[in-house]
Amino acid sequence: MASFLEFKNISKGYPGVQALSDISFAVEKGAVHGLMGENGAGKSTLIRILSGDQSADTGEISLDGSVQHYSSARDAFDAGVIVIHQELQLVAELTVAENLWLGRFPAKAGMIDFKKLVSDVSQKLEAIGIDVDPRIKVANLSIGQRQMVEIAKAVMLDARVIALDEPTSSLSSRESEILFALIGKLKAQGKIILYISHRLDEVFRLCDSLTVLRDGKLAAHHASLAKVTRDQVITEMVGREISNIWGWRARKIGTERLKVEKLGGRLLPNPVSFDVRSGEIFGFFGLIGAGRSEMARLLYGADHRHTGTVTIDGVAVGGNNPRHSIEAGMVLCPEDRKFDGIIQGRSIEENIAVSSRRHFSPLGILQPGKEARLADRFIEKLRIRTPSRKQDIVNLSGGNQQKVILGRWLSEQGVKVLVIDEPTRGIDVGAKAEIYNILYELAENGMAIIVISSELPEVMGISDRIAVMCQGRIAAVYDRDAFDERKILAAALPDRSAAAVA
Amino acid sequence: MSVSLKKLLLGEQGLVVIFALAFIVVAVFVPNFLTERNMLGLLQSVVTIGIVACTMMFCLASRDFDLSVGSTVAFCGMIAVMASNATGSILLGLIAALLCGALVGLVNGVVIARFRINALITTLATMQIVRGLALISSDGRAVGINDPNFYQLALSKFLGIPAPIWVMLVLFIAFGFILNRTVFGKNTLAIGGNPEASRLAGVNVVSMRVWIFALQGFVCAIAGILLASRITSGQPNAATGLELSVISACVLGGVSLAGGRAAMAGVIVGVLIMGIAENVMNLLNIQAFYQYVVRGLILLLAVLLDNLRSGAVGRRG
Repeated sequence: MASFLEFKNISKGYPGVQALSDISFAVEKGAVHGLMGENGAGKSTLIRILSGDQSADTGEISLDGSVQHYSSARDAFDAGVIVIHQELQLVAELTVAENLWLGRFPAKAGMIDFKKLVSDVSQKLEAIGIDVDPRIKVANLSIGQRQMVEIAKAVMLDARVIALDEPTSSLSSRESEILFALIGKLKAQGKIILYISHRLDEVFRLCDSLTVLRDGKLAAHHASLAKVTRDQVITEMVGREISNIWGWRARKIGTERLKVEKLGGRLLPNPVSFDVRSGEIFGFFGLIGAGRSEMARLLYGADHRHTGTVTIDGVAVGGNNPRHSIEAGMVLCPEDRKFDGIIQGRSIEENIAVSSRRHFSPLGILQPGKEARLADRFIEKLRIRTPSRKQDIVNLSGGNQQKVILGRWLSEQGVKVLVIDEPTRGIDVGAKAEIYNILYELAENGMAIIVISSELPEVMGISDRIAVMCQGRIAAVYDRDAFDERKILAAALPDRSAAAVA
Repeated sequence: MSVSLKKLLLGEQGLVVIFALAFIVVAVFVPNFLTERNMLGLLQSVVTIGIVACTMMFCLASRDFDLSVGSTVAFCGMIAVMASNATGSILLGLIAALLCGALVGLVNGVVIARFRINALITTLATMQIVRGLALISSDGRAVGINDPNFYQLALSKFLGIPAPIWVMLVLFIAFGFILNRTVFGKNTLAIGGNPEASRLAGVNVVSMRVWIFALQGFVCAIAGILLASRITSGQPNAATGLELSVISACVLGGVSLAGGRAAMAGVIVGVLIMGIAENVMNLLNIQAFYQYVVRGLILLLAVLLDNLRSGAVGRRG
């Protein structure tokens, strides 16, 4: 089959950075094509050029043999190229049907013809197998359903190329399955799907062909994935061998550090109890909505605790205020770095010192020299890649932002319990391994670490023990030598009979 | 525009550069501008705005907003005069005014931070309530000052410079220090940058916000006392529209309304630009009505400049 979408010698530079150099590859009609690479490898830039958001310095894109010259996102849209971003672009207060027709409402004498609107949309949704009521407001849909609606919109607009940017990053596995089925249908209709993801297993499952970018250059192009291995792709992405990215190593596990009894709150109505020993990495796994992050927030005092006690080394920790937890030696790296973690507009230095500066600021007066040295120390120790400690944290990649937040807590005095929620979400492979190593090192020094993750391989790869949560309860706890992917997943599924499917 | 000029104007110190250029142009072309008398007059005219801008900067930097400052200034001026007249002691009058100012701020802060009511709505309400209290307490009339020593607050001079200007300068230095060199200042900026992340990082966001508003009220009382002394009476209608001038000066000075970004030097320049614009128009005998238009235009220009600047930063990233 002839290639349909073709990138020819695309280059793009920003002041100080060559984001893309001489990228050429082609995708066939009716193919799902993976696009992988570490953060900063140039995937986003390439997608921006494809969507007409930015123009390439040199090179061209052709669709169906004709070279495209778009000067705006509108042109790309008219040519049938639609990009579905991680941040979805629907109007929350309008219904599904209204969103799908937005800008082109069917009108009768100046009035919107709602009957036609709804019937038309339900027909189209049905045709592509999306089970969503078109009369519902988008605000009331789950993120997975919203994504379906976006894809439906792309199909209605007769898109020829649909690019999905990290589509499963906030979907549960069940929602992901529905998405994958939809992608299969679109493929059968001859659409080209560009699938951008960090998740190797998804790429291997879905994609027919794959392009790997590294540092703005084409690292590899596989026209077929039949003979490609995962390790090979990882090596192509990072340019070095990472045979086992988890790097788990046995360590000495001490006595009980953290004891949680009957912890409960508004979002966690069934109280949970567990304990974590010093030097232990205790993993929490569960599907989205299982209550993992809610548990973490209650534990840390970020949300209001209704019941339960938390003790660290035998000393009770007062709830309902993160400050009490910090002072008792328990810290949290939150799930959503953008909203709960980083302090936008402020420097790396300030983001690191925000909590620990109280220890060396007599009468609340800062010691700028001490803060600077502290920041430099952690930039070096955690290998945060930045031109200077004065850099605004929003300019860092996800992995480096996570390291800054770790630095914030490691600069605190006497941290005994570290709770880290989705430690590597949106973080590239190289930085992942670095973060795991930091966690191992902390555990070796006696810290009790709670790792919460929705990625089963990650939880299994780095934990000494795993608690599986399901519908707000701890459904099972496994020791490392009893880890079994199928058993853990089965415990996480609300419907036990569905375990066989997983 | 050449690259280096663009860099200079859109850089960190862009506003200061523009201010310096404007100052030189005005000094050369406007007669009587660069005289000692006019300079002192100019500074006197911005004392109220300048003082209140110190704490407004904290308010805006922490993503809050305070519309009640004009009313609080008038109310506290009234309290200072009436309490002094009633007790016969200026000191007691001043203490009463400062306490009332802090109380208004505290109420704002508690309603906004603890009961989580939008700051714009809350201070819109207290702005009217406090103005109403000022009018009620004097039956809508100006209240004269009994003890002539009260005038001395505004009239006394040190090194040839009137006391209110000194007060403003001291507050500029004090709040500049607090913003840049204390945990309080950094926490203010952190809250503006991301309130939830700050809370999870152990910053006591609720009490910080309450404190910022209380401080704002207290500082309004200082401005109100000095204003009452200068106009030799307590005027319930004083300082109307002050909130808008103060917020304009802050925004001119690069304080981001989205929070997280503020600098004392910028705010001082913002205050001076507002003052100079008015002063020059007075010197050139331009009708007062035009001054509103010019002030509005300056504000729009400042915001556009700010937008260009953050755009330039965004593209670099």
